[in-house]
Amino acid sequence: MSAIVRSRLAATKKSRRGSEEHPWARRALIASAMVFLFVILVVPLVNVFFQALETGVMPYLRALGDANTVTAIAMTGMTALSSVALNLAFGLTASWCIAKFQFKGKALLLTLIDLPFSVSPVVAGLLYVVLFGRQGFFGPWLDAHDIHIIFALPGMILATLFVTFPFVARELIPLLESEGTEQEQAAMSLGATGWQTYWRVTLPSVKWGLLYGVMLCNARAMGEFGAVYVVSSNIAGKTETVPLRIFNLDLGLGGHVAAFAVATLLAFLALVTLALKTWLEHRQNQDLILASALPKHEH
Amino acid sequence: MSQRNRSGLPGFHLTLGYTLLYLGIIVIIPVGGLFVRAAQSPFQELWRLAMNDKAIAAYQLTFGCSLIAASINAVVGTWIAWVLSRYEFPGRRIADALIDFPFALPTAVAGLTLAKLFDPHGWLGSALAALGIQVVLTAKGIILALTFVGLPFVVRALQPVIEQLELEAEEAAASLGAHRGYTFRRVIAPALFPAILTGFAMAFARAVGEYGSVIFVAGNKPYVSQIAPALIVSYLENFEYDGAIAVALVLLILSMLLLLSVNLLERWSSRFLR
Repeated sequence: MSAIVRSRLAATKKSRRGSEEHPWARRALIASAMVFLFVILVVPLVNVFFQALETGVMPYLRALGDANTVTAIAMTGMTALSSVALNLAFGLTASWCIAKFQFKGKALLLTLIDLPFSVSPVVAGLLYVVLFGRQGFFGPWLDAHDIHIIFALPGMILATLFVTFPFVARELIPLLESEGTEQEQAAMSLGATGWQTYWRVTLPSVKWGLLYGVMLCNARAMGEFGAVYVVSSNIAGKTETVPLRIFNLDLGLGGHVAAFAVATLLAFLALVTLALKTWLEHRQNQDLILASALPKHEH
Repeated sequence: MSQRNRSGLPGFHLTLGYTLLYLGIIVIIPVGGLFVRAAQSPFQELWRLAMNDKAIAAYQLTFGCSLIAASINAVVGTWIAWVLSRYEFPGRRIADALIDFPFALPTAVAGLTLAKLFDPHGWLGSALAALGIQVVLTAKGIILALTFVGLPFVVRALQPVIEQLELEAEEAAASLGAHRGYTFRRVIAPALFPAILTGFAMAFARAVGEYGSVIFVAGNKPYVSQIAPALIVSYLENFEYDGAIAVALVLLILSMLLLLSVNLLERWSSRFLR
């Protein structure tokens, strides 16, 4: 959340001579940047809603009310809920041991946590096919016990877990590190138990960052395409998430209006995510201003 | 792992234990599994699958288009970051919030809408078609999709650096008679360079692995628009697991090297931040 500190700095910055462009150069730079952002970001967004509503509201609603679309929404909900819950638990534990303690191998651990960000989603899906697919390591055993992971919901959850793995941890680690350990030590020396300290001192101090991480994790989990595509059998009404449904509809099975109608759901999710992010940064910003207004304690 | 617990806080072994367990199950065992599976196949067979004509064409498209897209992002990102952090103008905050839109928008939706826009009959594609430029189902479509998904990286890497620049240095240069352009080249650009490079590397790493948006815009035609992740999917759909594993191994090793270089770059560029 360095953006928070940044916007505070920007607010106090004053313009000076010698560090400014000519007014006309500045206007040209601003106008061209805004035109570019409009074409590459705003037009594609507006296009999603325009295409979805091109033939009117009724076809749009019919596409959303389709039984297979409803199933896809449920699948996406289940996948996202499981991934967020598990990666949240991981983020909380990993950030505690990494931010509050010194130990050997910490840099390696941090790099390994980052690894899923740089692995192609398609490769991520393939990793689980190699483990649990019919020709994979555990394939014969799973087959014999009639357990379905690949081409079924568990595989789709595993693939989503992998691609969203670092989100919560990466958001929390720098925040907890910057808080230091003095607050917790003070609480414990006053007789608080470890749990009380964590719930009442540590978590409240990072609550906005935590929410932000959860939100990013959720947005990516609901929107993941490549990794889930590889491990899913892609059957409408059974193993189709919302992004897969968009792909299958676009292939011609349902026409482009239906594909865009379903896409509006995810475009709306993206807009909500951006709005929440802006709001969270604003809240964190206010907390920072409040904290800096309080008199400093001498240690 | 030995611990020096100066803080006296509880829970170290419990949380580290869970962290390693979960990391092992979700990341280390699956990644290790791919290497073990590859080691079980004859090396020559694997090499043939990873380095045949179709695969080489796919790597060239993947890395070539990623390089072009990341370069576009470096130039455009520097310009946008400068405008957003140096100037105050109506709509600046909305534009700043919108920068993260490609991060928030699922790649399938990005691909779907870009494909429609740049279709020869679409809003933007028809204008380009009049100029004889075809975007969808070509390498240009790959570059378009990769530029879109990588847009935020350079902007977000640069903004904190631009805001912490010493304005005094620029004023000193101006008072010594330097033109604004000269000041930018000799005073500002060197300070921004490490962050631009970090953003470039992150956009490149993301582009190399991208699949969702590209498949919508460029399709999956061997030698023309088939990127390496799409080749893996093609192998899997034909149940040719060895081919998929061979190409995935190449991508995985390269993405590990990229992660390493991004980490080193970040450490290097953070020295330039106060």
